[in-house]
Amino acid sequence: MSESVNTPVTGTSRVKRGMAEMLKGGVIMDVVTPEQAKIAEDAGAVAVMALERVPADIRAQGGVSRMSDPDMIDGIINTVSIPVMAKARIGHFVEAQVLQALGVDYIDESEVLTPADYSNHIDKWAFTVPFVCGATNLGEALRRITEGAAMIRSKGEAGTGDVSNATTHMRKIRGEIKRLTSLPEDELYVAAKELQAPFDLVKEIAQTGKLPVVMFTAGGIATPADAAMMMQLGAEGVFVGSGIFKSGNPAQRAEAIVKAVTFYDDPDVIAKVSRGLGEAMVGINVEEIPQPHRLAERGW
Amino acid sequence: MSDLVIGVLALQGDVREHLAALAECDVIARPVRRPGEIDEIDALVIPGGESTTMSKLALTFEVFEPIHKRLAEGMPAYGSCAGMIMLADEVLDGRADQRSFGGIGMTVRRNAFGRQVDSFESPVDIDGVEGGPVNAVFIRAPWVESVSDQVEVLGRVASGPATGRMVAVRQGHLLATSFHPELTGDLRVHRLFVDMVREG
Repeated sequence: MSESVNTPVTGTSRVKRGMAEMLKGGVIMDVVTPEQAKIAEDAGAVAVMALERVPADIRAQGGVSRMSDPDMIDGIINTVSIPVMAKARIGHFVEAQVLQALGVDYIDESEVLTPADYSNHIDKWAFTVPFVCGATNLGEALRRITEGAAMIRSKGEAGTGDVSNATTHMRKIRGEIKRLTSLPEDELYVAAKELQAPFDLVKEIAQTGKLPVVMFTAGGIATPADAAMMMQLGAEGVFVGSGIFKSGNPAQRAEAIVKAVTFYDDPDVIAKVSRGLGEAMVGINVEEIPQPHRLAERGW
Repeated sequence: MSDLVIGVLALQGDVREHLAALAECDVIARPVRRPGEIDEIDALVIPGGESTTMSKLALTFEVFEPIHKRLAEGMPAYGSCAGMIMLADEVLDGRADQRSFGGIGMTVRRNAFGRQVDSFESPVDIDGVEGGPVNAVFIRAPWVESVSDQVEVLGRVASGPATGRMVAVRQGHLLATSFHPELTGDLRVHRLFVDMVREG
């Protein structure tokens, strides 16, 4: 965190992490066209995520998946007034430079795209624009934060409509944080080694009982009840990808998920908004996807 | 602990940070998001967040009119960033269907400083806040474009490209800032508001 300064300073940790704080309690929706971005904004999304293809299509069509076309990103930026995020491939620092130059508000270094580097993630401290990264466990989250991520999203299995992986990873991260808070200080050294994360960060989590950045959840969320469950499990907000625009009635489903996230602890509201939504996206059980085709396992 | 109850509008945004700051100012702070809860508070804080989302949810969940009514009756309120937009009589660069509670005779421009890469921190002197400038954190922030005679301008950007822009204002029982004191651990702006509520 930067300390107080005398002249205006951009790109500080406080400004980057603070942007994520403002998204809390909100829904960020995957969109591939300006028209979809408009539907998302109309439904009350706090931000949109611009990408080339939604995960369900990436899964169906295969091939290498990359950053969106700059014209498409410009089109989305010019259509909506809410923040626009965009995905870069893991380790592809030039895609990230391009996205920053285009003026996107947040970059998602995402396992949903094909990784560009199987050893290194992007050095996110080198950028003014903030980054969100995925994590399946606490160690992965802390490594991303060490590289400069200003927001974390727990990973699910994107493009499936199967929420089980998201549940596993939320519970895992929450459980690992809880365990750290119960350890005596002299055991935190080994804990840091096991988590493969810096000791100072591990110690901070042990003291505060929470990540130093906002954590959303993502991957496989298809219904208002899915979104509300993630919130009850401790997510501070929700990313919805294929779940909206691969469903029967995107506008209505998008709005229902927004409402369910605000009233995530009120079953009466969730019941009400879940009525008459039409067909949810056709799901794929994660168990039926062969190991090499699972997206959540990308990243390390 | 006094028995003053200050609600934080909990539809979306950095509700928790405002609750924590208020709790340290020795008041009872509680999240509010249902019509009935609006009647049980002495004052309201509208947090940072996405103003278009907040506006939509306030209308959908029927807290818009109750809040609008209580503000008109004199309930004190403080809004930071999106909260400032919600307290503005007029909003520029918003959505056509976006509605604000209003109450402060000002025109604010949404996302006025630019996109997230232009978000910044900078010291700002605030009238009525002792002990030097606050470290003001601006995140895709609005600025106040113009004000009516009833509005007191409390702070302006002191340096950089936006020098002189109005970023903290008060009109009677209503206070608004473009920036986010709740992110800094500096309680002075919240204390200023709590003092306003007590004096009111």
